[in-house]
Amino acid sequence: MTTCLSTSSAFPVKLILLSAGIFLSLFFLVPLLLVFGVSLASRGMYGGIAWIATWENYQRLLDPLVGTIFLRSFLFAGLTTIVCVVVGFPLAYCMARASRQWQLLLLTLVMIPFWTNFLVRTYAWVLIFRADGILNTFLMRLGLLEEPLSLLFTDVSVFVGLVYGYLPFMVLPLVVAIERISPQLEEAAFDLYASMGAMFRHVLLPLSKPGFIAGGVLVFIPSLGAFITPYLLGGGQKMMLGTLIQQEFLVSRDWPFGSALSFGLMGTVLLLWFLLGRTSYGRNSS
Amino acid sequence: MNESVVLDGVVKAHGQVVAVDHISLSIRSGEFFSILGPSGSGKTTVLRLIAGLDRPDQGEIVIQQRIVTSDPPHERPVNMVFQHYALFPHMSVFDNVAFGLKMRGESSSNIQKAVGHMLSLVRLQGKENRLPRQLSGGEQQRVALARALVNRPVVLLLDEPLAALDQELRQEMQGELKRLQREVKATFICVTHQQDEALMLSDRVAVMHGGKLLQVGTPQEIYEQPVSSTVARFIGLSNLLSGTITRFDGGGCRVEHESLPPVVVKCPKEGPPEGSVTVMIRPERLHVSAEVSVNGYDNTLPAVVNQCVFNGNEVLYHVRLRNEAIWLVRVPIFEAQGCPLTVGQPVFLQWSAHEGLVLPAHPAPL
Repeated sequence: MTTCLSTSSAFPVKLILLSAGIFLSLFFLVPLLLVFGVSLASRGMYGGIAWIATWENYQRLLDPLVGTIFLRSFLFAGLTTIVCVVVGFPLAYCMARASRQWQLLLLTLVMIPFWTNFLVRTYAWVLIFRADGILNTFLMRLGLLEEPLSLLFTDVSVFVGLVYGYLPFMVLPLVVAIERISPQLEEAAFDLYASMGAMFRHVLLPLSKPGFIAGGVLVFIPSLGAFITPYLLGGGQKMMLGTLIQQEFLVSRDWPFGSALSFGLMGTVLLLWFLLGRTSYGRNSS
Repeated sequence: MNESVVLDGVVKAHGQVVAVDHISLSIRSGEFFSILGPSGSGKTTVLRLIAGLDRPDQGEIVIQQRIVTSDPPHERPVNMVFQHYALFPHMSVFDNVAFGLKMRGESSSNIQKAVGHMLSLVRLQGKENRLPRQLSGGEQQRVALARALVNRPVVLLLDEPLAALDQELRQEMQGELKRLQREVKATFICVTHQQDEALMLSDRVAVMHGGKLLQVGTPQEIYEQPVSSTVARFIGLSNLLSGTITRFDGGGCRVEHESLPPVVVKCPKEGPPEGSVTVMIRPERLHVSAEVSVNGYDNTLPAVVNQCVFNGNEVLYHVRLRNEAIWLVRVPIFEAQGCPLTVGQPVFLQWSAHEGLVLPAHPAPL
C-alpha cells in the first residue's frame, strides 16, 4: 500500500486517485444523496415531488404487503444463489481442472451469452416457455403432454430466468478459487484414506470459500433487485422488489416511496453483509 | 528378507510419452530405497503407481504379498510425502497430522495420543495449533512426515523430500529421515534427482533414465560398478574415454583410441563386450604430476592443465587430453597444498589397470 501511494512514484498516483474520487462523487455519491433526499420528501399532487420532509415513506416499508414482497424477493434470491452454487460448482471444478485448450473453450461458452443484450436473452426464454413455445411443442411432439403446460408467468419461469442470468457470476469466481487449490491437496486427502465425499467436504469446500463468497454476493444481490426477469418471465403477476421499485417510479409515479424502497433494500443488504462478516468469513480471515 | 513392494513389468504412458517402460523391481522390507534419475525419467510416476494415484497400463504391483494393482490409494498400506508437502493450508498442524486417522474413524482419544506421539517424534511439540504458513520449510517437512507416518504405513513414499530445503537444513533432515526410519521400521521409498542424497541415505539405489531402469544396487555398487556410461555420468564425477578393445587377457582389456595411446583397464568377468566400449576412471583414482612417475602405474596419458579449482578439502584439476576431452582429477588437500600445477602446464595422468573400468556401449537390459 505504501509503495502504491508513495509521493515519490513517477506514476501520477495522486492525480489518478483524485480523478477517480471526483468521478465517483459526481456520478455515484451525488445521485445517491439525491435519492436519499427524495425518500424523505412527500409525493406531489400529480406525481411530482413535494419538498415536505416526512418519515412516512419509511413507515410504509413496514406495511405487511411490502414485507411479503421483501420476503419473496429474498426467497427467490436465496434459492437462485443455492441453485447457482449446486449447478456452478461442478462446472467450475471441471473448468479449473481442464487442460488449457478446454479451459479456454469452456470459458468462451460461459461468456458467449454476454455478447447479446440481457433483454433479448430474456425474451428468448419467453419464446421457450410460451404455451406454443419450443418446450411445450417439443414435449407434445414426444407425446409426453396432451396439452401445453402453462410455464410462462409462473414462479418456475422467473426462477429459471434468474438462475440462467446469474450463473456465470457464480462460476467465474469459483473457477478462480478452485484453480488456486493444488490438485496435490486432493491427492494427499485420497492418500490419507479420504473418500470422494470426505475430500470434498474437508478440502475442496473450505478452500473454495473465497469463491463461494464472491459468487454468492454477485448472484444474491443482483437477483434481489432484478426486475427485467420477474417482469418479463413473471408477467408482473407476483411483485418482486425490483418490479415494485420500477412501478413506483414509472407507473405510480411515487418517487419518494420508490426511493425509500431502494434505501430499504440497500440497508438490508448491507446489514446482511455486516452479519456475514461477523460470523464465518470474519473468523477465517483473521 | 521378505519383499515389501514388487513391481512386475509395469508400464505407464501419459498420452504418447511412455513414462515408465517395463519396470520390474523388488524392494525389501525395512529398506531405505531410492529411485534416482533426472527430471522426466519417470521416477515420480513409479512412486505414484505404488501409491495408487496412477494406474499402470500393464504389469502388476504387489505390496506385502498382496496384489494391489487396481486398488485405490486408501486401500493400500502406503502413505506419501508429497514434493511440496501438500499440507492442508486451512488446517492446524494437529488437524493435518490427524487427518488420516480421522478418515479411518479412529476414536478422538486415540487420535490425541497418536498425533501427540508423532509430533514429539518429529520434534514439533508445542506447534499443534499453528497453520502451515506459519511454519518454516523444515517444520512443514516434518509435519508432512508426521502426517504420513502417524498412519503406521508399511511403506512410506517420499517425492523429492528435501528438494525445497536449503543446503544446511537438507543435511539436518537427511539425518532426521534415517533416524525416523530406524524408529518406525517402515520401508522408505524415496525419489530424488540428487545423487549425493541417494548415496548417503539409501540401502539400495535404482537409477532410472527415460522411463527405464538402468541399474539397481547398493550405493557402493552403483558408484564403483556402474553398468553403463549413463549411470556413471549420473553418479558422481567420471572421466570417460570411448574406444575399441584390441586385446583381452585374464583381468585386463587393452582399449585403443585413434588419437591417444592405448590404455589397459579391468574387464568384466564374463569377457570383453563386443564393439565400441567406454572406459571410465573416477577423478580420485587418477594420479597427476609434472613428470612421469615410475612406481608401477599401467597407464600414462599426457595432458595440459586447463583449470584448477580449490574446494577447501581438495583440489580439482580440469585437464585437457590430446583428443580435446576435459578430464577431472581430484587431489586431496594434504597432497596438493593449493594449486602446485599451473594452468597451461603439461602434465601426465597415471593409473593402474584395476582403477579403470570398461563399460559396454549398450548394456544388457535389466
